Formats: sequence, structure tokens, C-alpha cells
Amino acid sequence: MSSKNGSILALDNVTVSFGGLLAVSDFDFTLQRGELVGLIGPNGAGKTTVFNIITGQYEPVSGKVFFRGQDITGWRPDRVTCAGIARTFQNMRLFEGLTVLDNVLVARHSKLRSSMLAAALNLPSYVKEERQAETKAMELLDRVGLVDLAHTQAGSLPYGQQRRVEIARALAADPEVLLLDEPAAGMNPEETMRLMEFICGVRDEFGLTILLIEHDMKLVMGICERIRVIDYGMSIAEGTPEEIQGNPKVISAYLGEEACDYA
Amino acid sequence: MSDKFRNTLLTIAFIAFLFFVAWLADSYLDEYVMRVVRTGLIYVTAAVSYNLINGIAGQFSLGPNGFMALGGYMVALLILPLEQKEFVWFLQPLIWPFRIFSLTKPLFPLALAIGGAAGALGALIVGVPSLRLRGDYLAIATFGFSQIIIVLANNLIPVTNGALGIKGIPEYANVYWCLTWAILTVLVISNLANSSYGRAMKSIRDDEVAAEAMGIPIFKHKLLAFVVSGFFAGVSGGLMASLITTVSPSLYSFSMTFNLLIIIVLGGLGSITGSTITAFAFTILSEALRFVESPINIGPVHIPGIAGMRMLVFSLLLVLLMVFYRQGLFGQKEISWDWVLSHFKNRDYQGVKTCPQKTDRS
Ligand SMILES: Nc1ncnc2c1ncn2[C@@H]1O[C@H](COP(=O)(O)OP(=O)(O)OP(=O)(O)O)[C@@H](O)[C@H]1O
Ligand SMILES: [Mg+2]
Repeated sequence: MSSKNGSILALDNVTVSFGGLLAVSDFDFTLQRGELVGLIGPNGAGKTTVFNIITGQYEPVSGKVFFRGQDITGWRPDRVTCAGIARTFQNMRLFEGLTVLDNVLVARHSKLRSSMLAAALNLPSYVKEERQAETKAMELLDRVGLVDLAHTQAGSLPYGQQRRVEIARALAADPEVLLLDEPAAGMNPEETMRLMEFICGVRDEFGLTILLIEHDMKLVMGICERIRVIDYGMSIAEGTPEEIQGNPKVISAYLGEEACDYA
Repeated sequence: MSDKFRNTLLTIAFIAFLFFVAWLADSYLDEYVMRVVRTGLIYVTAAVSYNLINGIAGQFSLGPNGFMALGGYMVALLILPLEQKEFVWFLQPLIWPFRIFSLTKPLFPLALAIGGAAGALGALIVGVPSLRLRGDYLAIATFGFSQIIIVLANNLIPVTNGALGIKGIPEYANVYWCLTWAILTVLVISNLANSSYGRAMKSIRDDEVAAEAMGIPIFKHKLLAFVVSGFFAGVSGGLMASLITTVSPSLYSFSMTFNLLIIIVLGGLGSITGSTITAFAFTILSEALRFVESPINIGPVHIPGIAGMRMLVFSLLLVLLMVFYRQGLFGQKEISWDWVLSHFKNRDYQGVKTCPQKTDRS
């Protein structure tokens, strides 16, 4: 099997099934370094499942996942994250009992070099590392505009702010590839606008490669350079936003849905 | 002076104060009261260590009595005088190497540390297979393992002397040792809980999937919490052995775990302050409630003494707590120096921590 040289992330003929239901089948996909790509499709199309395969949550029945040319199929999620792929969750999974700052700091833990003993005894080497992590986390919170909420319990924040905490937390893992699962869900149009700017901004600033799942077409069409459409677990189209908008297959996949919506 | 340095000084001063109080108590209070105090301190060690696994890491273990038993028997075997060993194991000899040596009083801390190591090793052996399980399954597996340890204690006569137990253990566990270990446990575990490792453990408690997705190896961190918890549980078991001067399987039965569970739930799962305070309160209360187990005459009605009535009271307490006050006394909160001082100076707690203030963009 080829590792699809040159690409930072590649899915090679991946299939996932849940007790007979093919959530994703024969899925081929590549991401080039620095790209911002959208992954769209109707509800239940298999988008989140694609993320779960990349991050090691699910193991594919067949096919492989390559990251920087290395086969990462079957790796545990924490190992995938440490390798450089971070994500957010569609239905937000913040550590609700922890503060906003602690949420972000959790993602720095894998970078810690001090042993548990050094931490429990508060040795200077550990204290120094902890301080550096805190500085870094505060910078990221500043970037998402949540510095003054750093010591607030994460679970008590409104929806839009929780989404931003989740993005800051993912960025704290120092990823090369960032997977965003419906980051604009639950945001008002104004927040969505700011999120679009923010996503483009962090990509340039941190040199990220971003894969984005989103139902908000304005957002997807507005910022993605390339869009992949899936339906019933299968790729049905790929191209620039303009090409996708005019693609009859995509229109019928979505029309099927909208016909129901407007019925 | 930085806040951190100030807090360290306050902690040192407070520890000195505690030892001074212990000295006063030891000099002026009677033997019975001092026994209650020592028991309370041992319960602090046991409960705080139990809270690390159940409250901080959020893994519902029912095994601490097993780890306490390992520590207790280990310490008993180490410090029991040689002539007493011959006396206890008069039918079947005690196994090598315990039959050829005995640690003297100055080596009691070493014995406790080895007892802790036994608890930690036990936790490692129990943790590796069972920490892959979650929730109820973990609880059942750890319960099973601690039962196995008690069954072994009942039957491994060359080591444990079976159901008869081991008598005549020297009473080295004075109030100073009990206090030292209680303080050590609270310091180490609260430091750990506030460290990056503790944060990782709490993230596992809140959401395992998200913790793993943030790069936390969850099995490793559960195991770390389990082993550290097992160490201090082992120490507390050893202290208890030396306080009571006998060990037997019934001392470390499941009701020990049940007591600890009441303590940590009552104090607030995840709150070390809560566990510390309720461990002490529980010990005093269970002494105070002794009367419910003795025969009572209310006018013409005679109620015979019923052993185990206290447990009934505590069980009821646990049920009421679960129904009406699930958070416990402290929830997940802690009393810190910053908090205490903010009350003295009437200063807002958030203001104590300095961080750059920026206005939210939204
Ligand atoms: N763990 C699972 N067990 C069983 N079925 C699953 C599981 N995860 C996903 N599925 C199924 O796989 C299909 C694809 O789900 P997925 O969550 O990937 O869709 P999606 O494209 O993200 O949809 P949405 O837009 O609603 O988020 C659905 O039919 C879903 O019910
Ligand atoms: Mg989805």
C-alpha cells in the first residue's frame, strides 16, 4: 500500500461497520500540509466516524491511516494526539468539573517531562515546567478571548464559550493537524463569523492543517479551499466550494434532506 | 514574599502547631481519648488515600481493606518480637525470612514503609487486570480481589496464622507516628492532586474519552493513582496493626472499606479536606455511638444490646446523604491558605491569583 507521499494525513480505502451498518466504506482521502478542507454530508453520513478513525477511537475493519507517511492504524487515541493530531468533539466533551485553565492544561500534560514523584514533591524542575505550561495555556486562552474566565468552572460557561475552550484545549496539544467537528454548532451568526476569522487566523499562525466538519454552509464555503462530500458512508464528490455548489449529486443528497425539512 | 512561599511557611507553622497540640494531648489526656485520636489519624491516612482513587481519579474501587490488610500483616510480621513469633506459630512454623528477624522500635518507620510497599504492590497486581474495566465492573473486580486477600489471610497459616490472627504486636504506633503519616499522606496526595498528574486523573474522572483524546494515557494514570493509594492504605493498615496490637482477617474485613466509603462520600468525593475532617468526625462519632450497642432501658421497655447497631446508623446516614446531599460536605472543594486568608482580609479569592486581565471579545 502506498503511504501517499507528500500528504500529511491519508486515509487509504478505510471501511468501518457497526454490526452490519457500513458507517464508512472504501473511504480514500488525503490532506496536504497547510490545507483547510471541509468534510460535509447529511446527518448520519459518517463524518464524525471519519474523525474517530483518524484519532484511533474506532479501528477500521479494513484500510489504513497514515500520518506524515507513518501507518497509525490501530494506535490508541492518546498516542495519535501526541503524534500531532488533535480534535474537538461534536457534542463537546469538556472536563466540566475543572476550570477553563485546567481544561487547557490537561492537553499539556503529555508534554510534561517531570516524574510523578517530582510533581508530588513539588521539585523546582517540575514547578518550572508547570509555570511554562500555564503561560502557554494563558496565551491560548487569550487567543480565544477567554483569559478572564480562566478560573471559572468550564461546565458553567455558555455554549459558545465552551466551544472556544474546546478549541483552545485542542491547540494546547501542539497539533499539526486539527480536526474540528461542527465548531459552529450552537453559535449565533455573529459568533460564527468570528469563528471563521479565528480558524483562518490560527491556521496561519500555528501552521496548521485543518479538517472541518460543519453544517453551516456559509462557514464551509467561506473558508475551505477544498470540500469533500460524503453520504451513507461513501464519498460522492470533492472539489472547490464552487464545484461542490454546482454538483448535481451533492444537490440531490442535500435536497433529499431538505425536501424532508420543508415537507 | 510570593504567595507560594507564604503558603509553605504557613503550612510548616501549622504542622508544628499540630505536633505541639499532639504533645499537649499526649501529656494531659487519658489513654482512652488518645486511642480515639490515634484511630482518627489512621483513618485520615486511609480515607485520604482512598479518595485519591475514588474521588480524584474517579475509579470506583472497593478494595482498600485488602491493601490495608497487606500492609497490616506485613508490619505485624516485621515488628513482632521473635519469642512472640515462636509463641504464635507454635504448630506450624512461620515462613522464612520472617522467623529469623524482627525490626526493633527505631525501625518502625521502615516497617511501615515496607508495609506501604506491600499495599502498593498489591494495588499494582489488582490494578493491572481490573483497571481496564469501568464503573460497576471495576467495583466488583476490586471487591473480589480484596475478598481474595481476606480469604488468603484466613488460610495461609504459615504467614498469617489464619483466623486466629497475630497477637502481641508491639504498640509502636504512638500519636506522633500516626500524626506524621496523616500529615505526609495529606501533603503528598494534595500536592499530587494539584499537580499536572492530578489534573490528568481528574480529567479521566470527568470524561475518559476526552482525556484520551487530549493525549492522556488513561490506563497508566489510573494505575498510578491506584498504586499511590495502595501505598498509603498499606501504611494505614500497618499503623492500625500496631495500634490494636493484634491483626486478624476480621480487622480488615469489608466493613473497613464500607467505613472509608462513608467517610469519603460524607466529606465529598474528591475533597481531601473533606476526607480529613470526616475521617476524624467518623471516628469520634462511632465512639460516641457505642451506647446504641449496649442494652438500653427506656422506662419499662428493655432493648438488649445489639452488636452492629452503629453500622446501621452509619448506613442510614449514607442513604440519607445519597438522597439529599450527594455532594457531601465539601463537594470537590478544598480549604487552602488563600481561601483562609481571604476570609481574614475579607479579600475576594479570585483576586488573590494574579493573571492578566483582558476583556472578553464577545
Ligand atoms: N459507536 C457507534 N455504534 C453504532 N453506530 C454508530 C456508532 N457511531 C456512529 N454510528 C452510526 O454510523 C453512522 C454515521 O454516524 P456519524 O456520527 O459518523 O454521522 P455524522 O455524519 O457525523 O452525522 P451528524 O451530522 O449527525 O453528526 C450513523 O448511522 C450512526 O448511527
Ligand atoms: Mg457527526
